[in-house]
Amino acid sequence: MALDGVFREHWARVLATLVGILGDIELAEDAAQEAFAIAAERWPRDGEPDNPVGWLVSTARNRAIDHLRRQRVLAEKTKLLAREFSAESEAAVYEPDESATFPDERLELIFTCCHPALALEAQVALTLRTLGGLTTEEIALAFLVPADTMSKRLTRAKHKIRDARIPFAVPPDHQLPDRLAAVLAVVYLVFNHGWGAGRVDLAAEAIRLGRALAELMPDEGEVFALLALMLLHDARREARIRDGEIVLLDDQDRALWDGQQISEGRELLQQAITRGETGPYAVQAAIADLHLQQPRDWRQIAALYDALSIQTGSPVVELNRAIAVAELDGPEAGLAILDGLELGHYRYFHSARAELLRRAGRDHEARHAYRRALELAQTDAERRSLNDQLTQLSCG
Amino acid sequence: MQYALLAYGSLRTQAGPVEAAIADVLARPCVTGWARLHADESATTVRNGEGRTLLTDGPFIETKEFLAGLIVVEADNLDAALAIAQELQETRTSGAIEVRPIREALFHGA
Repeated sequence: MALDGVFREHWARVLATLVGILGDIELAEDAAQEAFAIAAERWPRDGEPDNPVGWLVSTARNRAIDHLRRQRVLAEKTKLLAREFSAESEAAVYEPDESATFPDERLELIFTCCHPALALEAQVALTLRTLGGLTTEEIALAFLVPADTMSKRLTRAKHKIRDARIPFAVPPDHQLPDRLAAVLAVVYLVFNHGWGAGRVDLAAEAIRLGRALAELMPDEGEVFALLALMLLHDARREARIRDGEIVLLDDQDRALWDGQQISEGRELLQQAITRGETGPYAVQAAIADLHLQQPRDWRQIAALYDALSIQTGSPVVELNRAIAVAELDGPEAGLAILDGLELGHYRYFHSARAELLRRAGRDHEARHAYRRALELAQTDAERRSLNDQLTQLSCG
Repeated sequence: MQYALLAYGSLRTQAGPVEAAIADVLARPCVTGWARLHADESATTVRNGEGRTLLTDGPFIETKEFLAGLIVVEADNLDAALAIAQELQETRTSGAIEVRPIREALFHGA
């Protein structure tokens, strides 16, 4: 197995266990990196061990102890490790221990990284680094910030976790709903970023995180619903872009949709719904599912957006409801909803409004709205698509 | 681990006993120290200038909200410290509480 694959497969699991042992993300990260480097050297020669996680964790832990002993600077932490260390014989500590089993502490790590005391952008970066195993450079590239800025953001977050002692724990029941919502928001933000920009494959990354969460929290309906939502959206990935241009849903080649992923998404959505109350991700997944059916049931879609709007109070949801209502009752009905929204900074508000104005025959206003959407567009494909629509309007 | 709960406010509260709800929290064993400060009008700031220290009448930074008091608590982790801060803030009508981990501390008297 290529080591890159090994890295991807085991990184989060190994790192989480090391954070649990060492009590510090930075130390754990350095130790994990060292262990993976040793593995890269030895495994191709000696073969992959039967228990790679045990091998990597024990190797990393031994290295960390070694370092801490040599640099007496970190006196307090050495004391902590000494306890761990004294429980074992010297020989055992210096050889990677393949038989050792370590608890899976990825969930603790996720809740630490998505702690509300950290800024959202720090939560996102940290989650991608620790759980996703992305490098600082990759995360910087994905979010279009200089690597140096991203590196500082990550370091600051890790130091805050250490200095303010943000707990490495799954929150107690009374805090779980809020804290879980924060975790899901981070994963969905990663997904949406990947969906829009498509540089580093963040959508795939978010789906990986979603799968890990579903494995770790099998009782949480919203975890399954989020995974379902991402899979249903992502199933259309190949059909969304043709020759670098955005293809609208109705014009997409359905043969390019990933049928297997759609079935999996639907299956997961069913599981989410049977797990109890329907949260916002379940409603969104249900809407995504309806969008995949032909002809589209706009009445149901509008009703679900209505339910979602009540749940979330989000103007973006209202924007989507307006589009569904326009399909049912005509563009003016949709525009009436849009007029009440304060979304002037949001690019899709202007493109949606432009489209409805065009359909309503209000060409002059439509042109104005397309121009505003163009000013806010973030990718070249978006700009080309909007320019085409604007040109068509001018000619027609 | 010790945390400082720095209470900011804009209200110039009158002298008088600490509100009952706050006094309750202050009486807990996890509270290792606290101080209620006079309003920022009473502040004098000492800073460096032209080879000597200069005095100015008023707080270091002029803001609408000033440091009104601080409470030092012993807590296992940030969540435990935040829980106390949240409880205190719920008894207040405005302002904010900044929670900072303490690096080192020493208190005398009371």
